[in-house]
Amino acid sequence: MATEHTYPDTAAKTAAAALPDEFHPERMSLSMGPSHPATHGVLRIQLELEGEVVRKADPVVGYLHRGDEKIAENMTYNQFVPYTDRLDYLAPLANNVAYTLAVERLAHLEVPPRCQAIRVIVSEMARISSHLMGLGAYGIDVGALSVFMYTFLEREKLYTLFEELTGARFTTNYTRIGGVARDVPEGWTERVSAFCDQFLPILDESLALLTRNRIFQDRTVNIGVVSQAEAIAYGLTGPNLRGSGVPLDLRKDRPYSGYEQYDFDVPVGSKGDCFDRYMCRAEEMKQSVRIIKQAVAKFPPGEWYATEAKKIFPPPKDKILTSMEELIQNFMLVTEGPQLPPGEVYFEAENPKGVLGFYIVSKGGGVPWRLKIRSPSFCNLSILPKVCVGAMVADVVSILGSLDFVMGECDR
Amino acid sequence: MTTYIDVAAALSAKFSQAVLRASRDHPAFNVPAGQALAVLRWLRDEAGFEILRDVTAIDWGLERSPRFMVVWHLYSPAAHRYVRVAADCASDAEPQMPSATELWPGANWHERETYDMFGIVFSGHPELKRILMWEGYPYFPLRKEFPLAGLPAELPDPEVAAETKEKVQAAPMAGGPFVATPGETMSGAEPRARDEAWSESSQKPT
Repeated sequence: MATEHTYPDTAAKTAAAALPDEFHPERMSLSMGPSHPATHGVLRIQLELEGEVVRKADPVVGYLHRGDEKIAENMTYNQFVPYTDRLDYLAPLANNVAYTLAVERLAHLEVPPRCQAIRVIVSEMARISSHLMGLGAYGIDVGALSVFMYTFLEREKLYTLFEELTGARFTTNYTRIGGVARDVPEGWTERVSAFCDQFLPILDESLALLTRNRIFQDRTVNIGVVSQAEAIAYGLTGPNLRGSGVPLDLRKDRPYSGYEQYDFDVPVGSKGDCFDRYMCRAEEMKQSVRIIKQAVAKFPPGEWYATEAKKIFPPPKDKILTSMEELIQNFMLVTEGPQLPPGEVYFEAENPKGVLGFYIVSKGGGVPWRLKIRSPSFCNLSILPKVCVGAMVADVVSILGSLDFVMGECDR
Repeated sequence: MTTYIDVAAALSAKFSQAVLRASRDHPAFNVPAGQALAVLRWLRDEAGFEILRDVTAIDWGLERSPRFMVVWHLYSPAAHRYVRVAADCASDAEPQMPSATELWPGANWHERETYDMFGIVFSGHPELKRILMWEGYPYFPLRKEFPLAGLPAELPDPEVAAETKEKVQAAPMAGGPFVATPGETMSGAEPRARDEAWSESSQKPT
C-alpha cells in the first residue's frame, strides 16, 4: 500500500511509484502503552502506522478505573474528599477545593474570607506544582533531561509546604465541606511568600533551557496543532484550550472563592501547537505566583470555617470534648454526614489540567444520589484520534506530553 | 448578555414541550428525548451555548419509571453561563437517546462512558463501545442495582482466563465501615448496627 507523500517533482513521484513493492511501507499496528514512559501513566494508544507516519490513533483508556462515582454514592460528602486527592494526583489540593466548592454550592453556603484565601493559595500552589511536573516530564519526553531536575527541586519545596499545612505531601485531604481541615500554621504564609520570591528566578532559568532551545522548538513548534474551532468542539479546557487562542478561564469568567479580588492575566497561545501549550503553562505559573503574593499580602484574619453551618461543619475540638451539645453535633456529622438539601448543582473549577466539574444530584441528607466527575484529562484526550493522524511516531510523544493529562483523573 | 429569564422564555417559546427543571444553580430544562437534539442545536447555534461541557446520566432507581435520564451541560463562552438539559429515556429495559456527536465531536467519549456505565444506547453514535470497562464486560456498574463490591466477571482475555481459570473478583473491602446506600442512614449502615447486633431492633447473628 503506497503512502501519500508530497514529492518535490513529478520525476521523483514516478521514480517512487516504480520502486518494487518491498520499498513501500506496509500498514503496521503498534500498541503504545499502557506501560510506556511517554504515556505518563496507563494510557494505551493503538496506532496504525505507515512507516513512521501515524494513520490512525485509537486511545484505550480505563486501566485506572476505580469507580469513584459509584464509591461517592455510598459515602458521606466529607468521606469523599480523600478520593478527590486521587483524581489529578499531581494537584490534589486543587481537586479538594473544587469538590468542596461544588458541595457548598448545593448547600448555598459561603465560607469566610480567610477560608477563601487559604483555598486560593493552595489551589495556585497546586497549579504550580502540577505545571512544574508537567514541564519537567515534557522536557524528558522531547529529550531535555536536565529541566526535570530544576522543576522537581522546586516541586519538592512546595511539597514541604503542603506537608506543613496538611500533614501529607501527596494525598492532602485538606478541605472539608464548609471549611478546611485546619487553619494555616504559624508563619506558613511567610514561608509561602519566601518560596515565591526565590522561585521566579529559578523558573526563568528552567524555561531558558527550553524556550529558545533549537531542539525543543523543532520538537514542538507546528506539532500537534489544534485549531480554535476543534478545541471548542472537542471540549478541551485549561492550558490546552488557551494554547489554541481561546481566552477562557473560569477564574476570570465565573470567579469563585474570591478570585475576583486578585489581579492576574490569562495567557493565551496563537497557533495551538505543542509549543503554545507549553508557553501557556510556563506563563500560568508566573501568574499563579502573582495571585499567591496578593493573597498572602492581604491574608484576612478571622474564622477559617463556616461557623454558622451547624449541620455541615463540626464545632472546634475543645468544645466537642467539653460540651454535650457540640459532642452530639460532631457525632451526627461523623455518622450521618453533612446534611445538605435536595437538588442538583454543577460546579466547575479551573484546575491545572483544565476544568474539573462536579455534577451532584442530592435527595437530601449526607450521601449524594449521583456524583458525576467531569474530568479535564478525559475530555482533553478525546482529541487524540484527531490530532495524532499524520504525525510521526516521535511527534505522538511530544503531543502527549503537551496535553499534560493524568490518567487517575481520566479514568476515575 | 443572555440572562436566566431570557434563556428560559426563549426556549419555552421555541419548544413548547421544554419545561423548567428544579435546580440549585443554573437554568435547567426537561425536554422530551425526541426533541433533545433540536434543543441542543438551538442552544448551540442561537443562544450562544457553544461548548458542550458534560454528558452524563442519572439512574433514579428501580422504583421509578422512566428510570434513566440523560443530562447535558452546556457553557456559553460569551455570557459565561451554563445551562442544563435533561431528557428521560423512554424505555427502562433498553434505554435509548439520540447522539449529540454530530453537534460536538467531543460528545463521543462522554456518550461512550454513559453507555459503559448505564447501558444507555446513543443512536447515531459512530462507535458506541465501552470505554472505561473492557469490551465484553457484562454489567453496567453505575446502575443502582449493581453492588458497590462489584460482581465476579470473566477475565477480559479469553486466553488468560483459560490458562488461569480465574475470574475478576468482587472488591474484598465492600460493605466495610460506614458504607451506606443513598436513602439508608449512615448510622444504620455502621458495622455495629448492621452485623454485631447488640441493639434491640436486630438480633445478634449466630
